[in-house]
Amino acid sequence: MTYRIAPHLNPKLFTPELEGDANRIGFGVGLKEAGEKDTRIVALCCDLTESTRVHEFRDAFPERFIEVGIAEQSMASVASGMAAMGKIPFIASYAMFSPGRSWEQVRTTIAYNNSDVKVIGAHAGVSVGPDGATHQAIEDMAIMRVIPRMEVIAPADSLEARRATHAIAGSGHPTYMRLAREKTPTVTTEDTPFEIGKAETYLFRDETHEKKVGIIATGVILYEALMAGKMLNEQGIGASVMNLATVKPLDTEAVLAFAKEHGTIVTVEEHQRMGGMGSAVAEYLSLTHPTKVVRLGVDDVFGQSGTIDELWKHFGLDHESIVKTVTENI
Amino acid sequence: MKYLSDTEVASLEAKANEIRMSVIEMLVAAGSGHTAGPLGTADIFTLLYFHVLNHKPEDPFWSERDRLILSNGHICPVLYATMAHAGYFPKEELLTLRKFGSRLQGHPHKEMLPGIETSSGPLGSGLSQAIGMALAERIDNPYSNKYFYCVTGDGELDEGQVWEALMHAGKEQLHNLIVIVDRNGIQIDGYTEGVMPLEPLHEKFAAFNFDVQEVDGHNMRALQDAIGRAQAVYSQPSVIIAHTIPSKGVGVFERDFKWHGNPPGKGPTDRVPKDKQAEEALRELRTLKGHVTNSDHV
Repeated sequence: MTYRIAPHLNPKLFTPELEGDANRIGFGVGLKEAGEKDTRIVALCCDLTESTRVHEFRDAFPERFIEVGIAEQSMASVASGMAAMGKIPFIASYAMFSPGRSWEQVRTTIAYNNSDVKVIGAHAGVSVGPDGATHQAIEDMAIMRVIPRMEVIAPADSLEARRATHAIAGSGHPTYMRLAREKTPTVTTEDTPFEIGKAETYLFRDETHEKKVGIIATGVILYEALMAGKMLNEQGIGASVMNLATVKPLDTEAVLAFAKEHGTIVTVEEHQRMGGMGSAVAEYLSLTHPTKVVRLGVDDVFGQSGTIDELWKHFGLDHESIVKTVTENI
Repeated sequence: MKYLSDTEVASLEAKANEIRMSVIEMLVAAGSGHTAGPLGTADIFTLLYFHVLNHKPEDPFWSERDRLILSNGHICPVLYATMAHAGYFPKEELLTLRKFGSRLQGHPHKEMLPGIETSSGPLGSGLSQAIGMALAERIDNPYSNKYFYCVTGDGELDEGQVWEALMHAGKEQLHNLIVIVDRNGIQIDGYTEGVMPLEPLHEKFAAFNFDVQEVDGHNMRALQDAIGRAQAVYSQPSVIIAHTIPSKGVGVFERDFKWHGNPPGKGPTDRVPKDKQAEEALRELRTLKGHVTNSDHV
């Protein structure tokens, strides 16, 4: 017996041939496709049209694209006004600026009004790399998660970002979706299920091992968690890995079952440990099924310049660090 | 828009006076809230709801309505009072202002009260929303004759977002966007020109590619002329700087910035003691110039 990989994942997973893409690429493709299907969709951007990949939508539907200039606060409220007239606006910038700078506008004019606006925060996480701490949004999920009605999604790869874009376009809810700048492995395939609010286990533990752990990851760091899961199973620890792409609403059923099955949970996110996905999991489990939850993330410090590999290693988020943390905690 | 006869002007002035009385009664019942802005803009709101807006109080979600976006949500007592007088909801409900379970939240909430176009309170975001509405309308109906009115305070022009939005509106040449600034010269900490000078405001708006007019915000006919002219501008958004007297209508409250955020009964005492403030305000409004002869408040 050995560990099992969900059959719908990329067959090249764990092989040198595994291809990748930045997940913002998938968002750009998905937004254009969604715009073809639903003419209510409009896109707004703050002078970052190409790097947020909104240019694909802009070029296809120039009459439904609004260039707001470098004005994230106004963009959030303009989008709210458009939603009040029946549009489904996607607003895109870097996560540090939107929703980083525009938090109150997102709260009052979007969420409190229940405006069907999708806030797309690109270049989130420390994986932005060389730009440094000013551009590394590692608080974004926390500040969005606390806003009533706001749904929070962090796709694991480009294909999932594309599917998530279609899903949120039709959800009817204010939503925050964080995206990453750098190319990361494509873990999923066209056949991988994606549903808002549903977590999926991608790697199932080797049940012959006595020791076991459940690893939950969100966003592009998922691949590191999967790599760690594989190594742990090979080293005699039964590790399962769950993709929790929707941080809010939390898939409480799946998280509870995962906790009961594994006893110990390790969460992995390129975000502050406070207030992020790990916090959401711990908040839920602390009451329903008190479980040891080891939360990996950035521990109350700012990021810095570096490569994605250097930074993930520095913050203990690369697969080797995850393996080490798990080993020390079970 | 129909030209106002002398009789109609007098009738609107009387209506504005009734609305001011409602505002005083609401604030007294609530025990908190803002006085200066609601009294100062009663003429503007009366003209909008009783003459200018294309709307149906009995059908607040009518899709063809003009949109009125109140940006400085704290003056909502005048909006609520005007809406009630226009028939959106029963006037009795006005006395629930700021109370638990009321649809008349301390700052307006769109989902609670039909006819409220947006939730507001945090300053500076109304203009952006009006721009979004006008942009959406232009996508769906380039030849639309809907108008998007945004009422803002002058103090709130301190907010950076306003200037982001002004730039954007000018760029988009939103001819159906009409901004009305309540230029009462006060904000919580004092006079606007002391807290953070706005002047030369006319030139600032003009520099952002707006058509700019300045008008006496208590003169119905002048206001109507300005709005009519703003409607006719076709290649620019419009702004009307409506010069108003804070707390207009109640002489002992007028022009004092300390009335910005206090209700009658809790206001400054240099001109009238606390326990006489509500009584004095209503007495003065009921007898205003002898114009009010048939108010049900008397």
